Amino acid sequence: MNTQALLDVIRLAVPGNVEPGQSTDQPTIFVAREALLPVSVALREHPNLHFEFLADITAVDWYPREPRFEVVYILASIDTAARKRLRMKVRVPGQDPHVPSIASVWPSAGWAEREVFDLFGIIFDGHQDLRRILMPEDWEGYPLRKDYPVQIRMAPKTQEPLQLSPEQFAANIRADRER
Amino acid sequence: MSDPELPILTTTVEKMVQWARRSSIWPVSFGLACCAIEMMSMSASRYDIARFGAEVFRGSPRQSDLMIVAGRLSRKMAPVLRRIYDQMPEPKWVISMGACASIGGVFDNYAIVQGVDQVVPVDVFVPGCPPRPESLIYGIVQLQKKIDQQRM
Repeated sequence: MNTQALLDVIRLAVPGNVEPGQSTDQPTIFVAREALLPVSVALREHPNLHFEFLADITAVDWYPREPRFEVVYILASIDTAARKRLRMKVRVPGQDPHVPSIASVWPSAGWAEREVFDLFGIIFDGHQDLRRILMPEDWEGYPLRKDYPVQIRMAPKTQEPLQLSPEQFAANIRADRER
Repeated sequence: MSDPELPILTTTVEKMVQWARRSSIWPVSFGLACCAIEMMSMSASRYDIARFGAEVFRGSPRQSDLMIVAGRLSRKMAPVLRRIYDQMPEPKWVISMGACASIGGVFDNYAIVQGVDQVVPVDVFVPGCPPRPESLIYGIVQLQKKIDQQRM
């Protein structure tokens, strides 16, 4: 199934802005941000598409070009004889880096979206738990953006605050001794 | 003052303590990256640091004298390394193993601490990427010489 055949099926299934993308290896489509959720549902549920496996989510920073970001969803269909693959991209403006979360369609998107949020600062609207996943929780900035100062010099943090209050700590010690 | 008939050696308390400390350095099992593979190789039968009395890798920092920082230290890991160091009883020593631990190595970026001497006091720096087990053994022997000169 090539890009054009895929597009025909998607356009019949859902209204919305879906364009072909250039690619040398696997079908690639560009989806408008507003159409991402209905297109995702169609890609997963439509009997002729059936992309039930979300392999990965990543992003590209085209700084200083606008729209600045592309969020890339790598999809696969594994239970059909065709073994289809698909690269779905969404363009995101740098001034308004919001994308709807697709964790309701593919639950495995949860951690992948957290990773993209952590490193690119793209906010996934509707995500249940959008926290940093790789960098320390109090980190400032988004390291994989092209305007991030990669060779930054700063003193390393050597102390982590205790997760317990002094009273809880004392109670734990007491409980241990009385055991 | 030595009588060959008497089974007695005389020395100073300081010398004896130095001898005891240098002859049984127990490193803490703590590897951060690929340098740890060379560190394990050093402790295994082929290179065998048991010859220098330093083979007993302890699972607990409470029982260790030496921390070998083997590999690049990420900023997220720095507080953990410091906590392990703080948990080790005195006297304690630190070897910074390899280019990454010593100066950041090839990882000149935001995520890696550019030298573990910013986090813990280092006694011996071992160069190499990674250092061969012989290099690390040499580092341990240098550390033993250093311990021999430490006054009580």
